[in-house]
Amino acid sequence: MSPLALILLCLASWLAIGLIGAFFSRQFVLVARILFPLGALVGISVALAALSAIFTGNETAMLPLGLPGLPFHLRLDALSAFFLFLLGAVAAGISIYAAGYFRRGQGSTPGLQCLLYHLFLASMGGVLLADDAYFFMVAWESMALSSYFLVTSDHRIAEIRRAGFLYLIVAHVGAIGILLSFGAMTGGTGDYTFDGIRTNAPEGWLASAALLLALGGFGAKAGLLPLHVWLPEAHPAAPSPVSAMMSGVMLKTAIYGLLRVTFDLLPEQQWWWGALLLGLGLATALFGVVFSTVQSDMKRLLAYSSIENIGLIFAGIGLSLVFAANSMPLLAALALTAALYHCLNHAFFKSLLFLATGSVLHATGQRNLGRLGGLIHRMPWVAWLALLGVVASAGLPPLNGFVSEWLLLQSFLFTPQLPHGYLNMLLPVAAGAIALIAALAGFAMVKFFGVVFLGQPREEHLAKAHDAGRMERLGLIWLATGCVLLGVLPNFVIAALDPVTQLLVGAGFAQVSASGNWLLLAPISEERASYSGAIFLGGLLAFTLALFLVVRTVFHGRLRRADAWDCGFPLLSGRTQDTAEGFGQPIRQVFAPFFRITREHPSPFDKEPHYRIVVEDPLWHWLYLPLAWLVDLGTRVVGKLQQGRIAIYLLYSFVTLLALLVFTTR
Amino acid sequence: MNLPAWLPALHDLPGLPLAGQLINLCAAIMLLLAFAMLAQRRIVTLINLFALQGAVLCLSTAIVALSTGQSHLWGSALLTLLLKVILLPWILHRLVHKLSVKWDVETLFNIPTTMLVGIGLVIIAFNVAQPISEFAGTITRSTIGIALACVMLAFLMMITRSKAVPQVVGFMSMENGLFFAATSATYGMPMVIELGVALDVLVGMVIFGVFFFQIREKFDSLDIRHLEEKTKQE
Repeated sequence: MSPLALILLCLASWLAIGLIGAFFSRQFVLVARILFPLGALVGISVALAALSAIFTGNETAMLPLGLPGLPFHLRLDALSAFFLFLLGAVAAGISIYAAGYFRRGQGSTPGLQCLLYHLFLASMGGVLLADDAYFFMVAWESMALSSYFLVTSDHRIAEIRRAGFLYLIVAHVGAIGILLSFGAMTGGTGDYTFDGIRTNAPEGWLASAALLLALGGFGAKAGLLPLHVWLPEAHPAAPSPVSAMMSGVMLKTAIYGLLRVTFDLLPEQQWWWGALLLGLGLATALFGVVFSTVQSDMKRLLAYSSIENIGLIFAGIGLSLVFAANSMPLLAALALTAALYHCLNHAFFKSLLFLATGSVLHATGQRNLGRLGGLIHRMPWVAWLALLGVVASAGLPPLNGFVSEWLLLQSFLFTPQLPHGYLNMLLPVAAGAIALIAALAGFAMVKFFGVVFLGQPREEHLAKAHDAGRMERLGLIWLATGCVLLGVLPNFVIAALDPVTQLLVGAGFAQVSASGNWLLLAPISEERASYSGAIFLGGLLAFTLALFLVVRTVFHGRLRRADAWDCGFPLLSGRTQDTAEGFGQPIRQVFAPFFRITREHPSPFDKEPHYRIVVEDPLWHWLYLPLAWLVDLGTRVVGKLQQGRIAIYLLYSFVTLLALLVFTTR
Repeated sequence: MNLPAWLPALHDLPGLPLAGQLINLCAAIMLLLAFAMLAQRRIVTLINLFALQGAVLCLSTAIVALSTGQSHLWGSALLTLLLKVILLPWILHRLVHKLSVKWDVETLFNIPTTMLVGIGLVIIAFNVAQPISEFAGTITRSTIGIALACVMLAFLMMITRSKAVPQVVGFMSMENGLFFAATSATYGMPMVIELGVALDVLVGMVIFGVFFFQIREKFDSLDIRHLEEKTKQE
């Protein structure tokens, strides 16, 4: 069986699982304990089939579905296979986790969740397989709609409905952009297959218009500045497996779409596209990371961190475009490898972290960082696995986040070879910005992990928190293993990325693992820079072990437990710790112009002092509210036409008819 | 005879065969009936006028069919006869009887103003139709202007009436005009379309019938101004 057929079968089985779930929607045990694990198995087979397809090359098919005379075209090439691997591998972990996560009597019925969730998975697969604009849009919109209903599964809460609505609006504005972009790319030939677009692709300003529209459309889905506003709203609103799926995989489908359009469908790349993407990506990343450091809601913090990672990926793609437009394929491949690698890494560690927040939420009922703390003693499994995700997300070796950020920085260091004077001067600044972003991401992750899991419990009831169940643990372990393996064995990943970059920019790094030196990653040359996750891990483990033994034997070897913070002050409680707000305060001061802060200081004579601070997104006030006001004004003007009288309505059509008759026959 | 160009119906009178003259006569009667409907205040008479218009339409279609040998036009003529002369007026009469709404029609504008506006519309229709009728290759091409005028007059009637039944009559009279235009411009639309349109009108009639009862039950009147008040309140 060919990989494409196998993947199609898998997508069909996802749909079937969803339908069975909807049919037996009240059978909780069937849905949660059988269907979701089955979905995870399907995910693993998608990942395996896609992994083999990365190397076997192109395969096309035609599905006799859709409209008469307009069948669905499918194609499985290295790019879609890579993203399908990502989808399958991450979905497997999340599905297993979801099997343990959904509880009775929470949100909508589990059967409905099961249907929507698997529809969501299958439509993402459809997006990745589509080989014509028609099927692409069908799958894209099914993805948007099913995820909207998943986000609003707790639709009885007004805030969640509002968040879902915002998501729906941004998703549809983006879809319009994508649709128009496809329209611009066909150039009026009416051939909407990707093959047709490749042969008739426009050049000059029409190509640029198509790219800008696609950038707007896919950027809205990915959370690119200034279309990011839905992310921090929708992620906290959605159930945790859904947030994990959206952040881990759905954002990557937007990356996939942008790569497909810029490198595959449009024949010639302009260097300023790359510069634009790079600038937007860096701005997004900086914005996201600065906001993630000041959040007090753990899922919101992770959502902003997703924005940051998407920004980094966009910056990598932009840099790759700059290199590609200047015919430097090897460097373009390096930057693209970094971006793709980061896609994979982010999918793993961000899903892991979102799932961890789900477990915390289930155990404590709290998303607010100010009411958590000390959970490492109550939930050791979740805490240690989340630590792996945190380290990966902070971009520390030996985990996977470091590898891709290191590759990205490496590719930035080659920019002096570019023939553009201004770019040569500006790109080192961008490299500096990436270093700053990575550092701030580390800060945000320390805050996340430290406030939730370390220290003392800030509330009484946290003592009763329970660890994650068996299924949940399995899902977390799956994703954490992915993080470790991706970090320790980068050469295999880069070798697997070689067909993708060969397809897109015509160069790759297959030789890094072919040389037999699988331990040491040195993409350009060993003299220049090299890194080995495995050696680092080994060294780290050896050092830790040695340190442990030394402390154990040389030092007194006794373990003494005493009250925390007990430095002679008798009246200290769990509340006497650095809060989430306090921890983020330095960043809030340094980056004050980024925020829109409203603060209420308590009066010194207040018996029950309250300190309130609200940090808002200034773009909301500068861009979205004026836009909403304009739309409101416009509809009010148009609303004057609505008189509620039938005769008036008839008169409108009559006058239109007359005007058309008189003016068109002239 | 030097007739002005805006009177295409009379323009090529000399030398016109008998069939052509008969069709022109029918067209003139259609227009006259359209004006009569516009001016009519009583609902029962309005329905009768509508039936009469249908009959004239049927007759003219039959004449075209006879003189040109277009056999499918016989079908259209028969359809018109059954539907617009017999079935729809019968349904309307029954409705009016059941709802006991035989009272005078109230117009939103007074009748003379409406008539003046109607005359203006006819002039526009003739001017608009002139280039079309030059393209048409049928013996009936001179009547396109009249057909268009009938459509517009019926539309005007829908706008100016405040009761639901006359509006429906206006709607169906509009369809008469459309049908007439199709016959005169291209010897009728394809049969499938004609059947479809006829079915639409019939279904529309049924729906309107249901609506009439609903409106009256709700407001004790068929005056759609009550509906408007309702929408305003909401």
